[in-house]
Amino acid sequence: MPLLKIDNLSKSFGGLKAVSNLNIEINEGELIGLIGPNGAGKTTVFNLLTGVYDKTEGKMEFQDKNISGLKPYQVTQRGMARTFQNIRLFSDLTVIDNVKIAYHQRTSYSLVSTLFRLPSYYSGEEEMQHKAMELLKIFNLEDKAEETAKNLPYGEQRRLEIARALGTEPKLLLLDEPAAGMNPQETHDLMNLIRWIREQFKLTILLIEHDMSLVMGVCERIYVLDYGMIIAQGTPSEIKNNPKVIEAYLGEEVV
Amino acid sequence: MRNWFNRQNIVSLLGIVLLYGVIQGLIVLDIMPPFYKLTLIQICIYIILATSLNLINGITGQFSIGHAGFMAIGAYISAIVTAIQHGPLALGLLAGAIAAALAGLLVGLPTLRLNGDYLAIATLGFGEIVRIIFLNTDYVGGAAGFTLPSTITWTWAFGLMAVSVVLMKNFVGSTHGRACISIRENEIAAESMGVNTTKYKVIAFTMGAFFAGLAGGIYANYFYIIQPMTFNFILSFNILVMIVLGGLGSMTGGILGAIVMTLASALLAGVPEWRNVITAVLLVLMMIFRPTGIMGTKEFSLNFLGKKSEKNAASKN
Repeated sequence: MPLLKIDNLSKSFGGLKAVSNLNIEINEGELIGLIGPNGAGKTTVFNLLTGVYDKTEGKMEFQDKNISGLKPYQVTQRGMARTFQNIRLFSDLTVIDNVKIAYHQRTSYSLVSTLFRLPSYYSGEEEMQHKAMELLKIFNLEDKAEETAKNLPYGEQRRLEIARALGTEPKLLLLDEPAAGMNPQETHDLMNLIRWIREQFKLTILLIEHDMSLVMGVCERIYVLDYGMIIAQGTPSEIKNNPKVIEAYLGEEVV
Repeated sequence: MRNWFNRQNIVSLLGIVLLYGVIQGLIVLDIMPPFYKLTLIQICIYIILATSLNLINGITGQFSIGHAGFMAIGAYISAIVTAIQHGPLALGLLAGAIAAALAGLLVGLPTLRLNGDYLAIATLGFGEIVRIIFLNTDYVGGAAGFTLPSTITWTWAFGLMAVSVVLMKNFVGSTHGRACISIRENEIAAESMGVNTTKYKVIAFTMGAFFAGLAGGIYANYFYIIQPMTFNFILSFNILVMIVLGGLGSMTGGILGAIVMTLASALLAGVPEWRNVITAVLLVLMMIFRPTGIMGTKEFSLNFLGKKSEKNAASKN
């Protein structure tokens, strides 16, 4: 039984069909890549899944429950978290506060105990602090906990964004171009990190990426999107030799 | 085990009690001239107004400029309860604050879907609507307003101000407050971190309206008379100036802004024709040299006391 099932999903913006008749199935524990040329509709797929856009047609099921029509925060509460192509940290807040906001939805102390500082406030905050610190340790950011997020170097901002997404305790993690702007060494480290968090947090991961070495290196299965349609799917080696994929990326003449 | 009885809280409480005691002493011993007492009570009212607007504009990042409307609702409802219905003062203040909060909830639910300029225009319109409703209601005296006994003492004003500020500060320093701050920082990211942004905008707005209503009640029951003209756009604007001056998003900044602006206005009472010019020039200079306001988004805090005690505890272990 798939964890995520996308069935005949379409999205139009006016006359433009950004995504058409998309079918994707992801099983629990898989690490899937979603690739395609610029403007192929990859990020639109993420936005549809997380409720930022409303679909035009089709069905999306996550853990056997319909998720279309849910608001982004409801999708996150169901256990799907994402990062953004252009980093969207809470840039004026400290690193640890960024992560604490992710834990917000799993925190149970009430507004009343907040206002009157009842014991449940203190225990709730303490637990949150502890969890957030543990997460930062995993991402090697514990020394920077009190630093303002916007002052981190680019690579660390990317890591913090992944850490923050994990703070929502997801089952499915959507990574939108996590290696964008990274050098080969950083990309290599990121590859290891992605593999490692998948084991550690028992995650299923769907990854959008342009960096082929990363996609081919970590993904077990790849979907190729062009003009909003799936043109190929399969293992990395199948994809590499697929003439349709080469055509989409390099043009007809090369084939 | 961390709980309420930590060093920061005890020092803050002592500071509050000491401040209250000294001024109360000066009043009881008749050393304090009446004009100073009036200014002090005004400061208390404006601190509540500024911090509550800061909750909406500074912490949650929603640009509201209808605060005088909520204050008017609180003032009129509490005055009706205490002066016309002869109810107790505490009941009047509570009724005023709750009425303002309900109005905040009703206005907030539809308008908080708007952002930026649109929300500002909608809240500005709301403030004017409230004023015009009271202007045309004969039950509360129309344009002439109505008079009521002055029952608010320094103790009431200071006590309510201190409680309001502590409650709002508690809210901001919690996971709920952080949810509001995340909306200000990046609404899309907040939403995708599982924060119900609409809910928290409405909570901040309703809470801000509640305390504005409370401030209105204190105002009405101190100044003998309430008139619709008092709660015009200029008042909303003055409160906004206080929090921008103090630092949008800083609770202590809002308090500082309220104190500075009220004192400036009291000190310049002798030169009324220059008052607005001088405050305007000060603001322009402020915006040129320190556009983030006095405090920015930073807070003045007693955290260093807490850290010390933690260190001591750690070294003992």
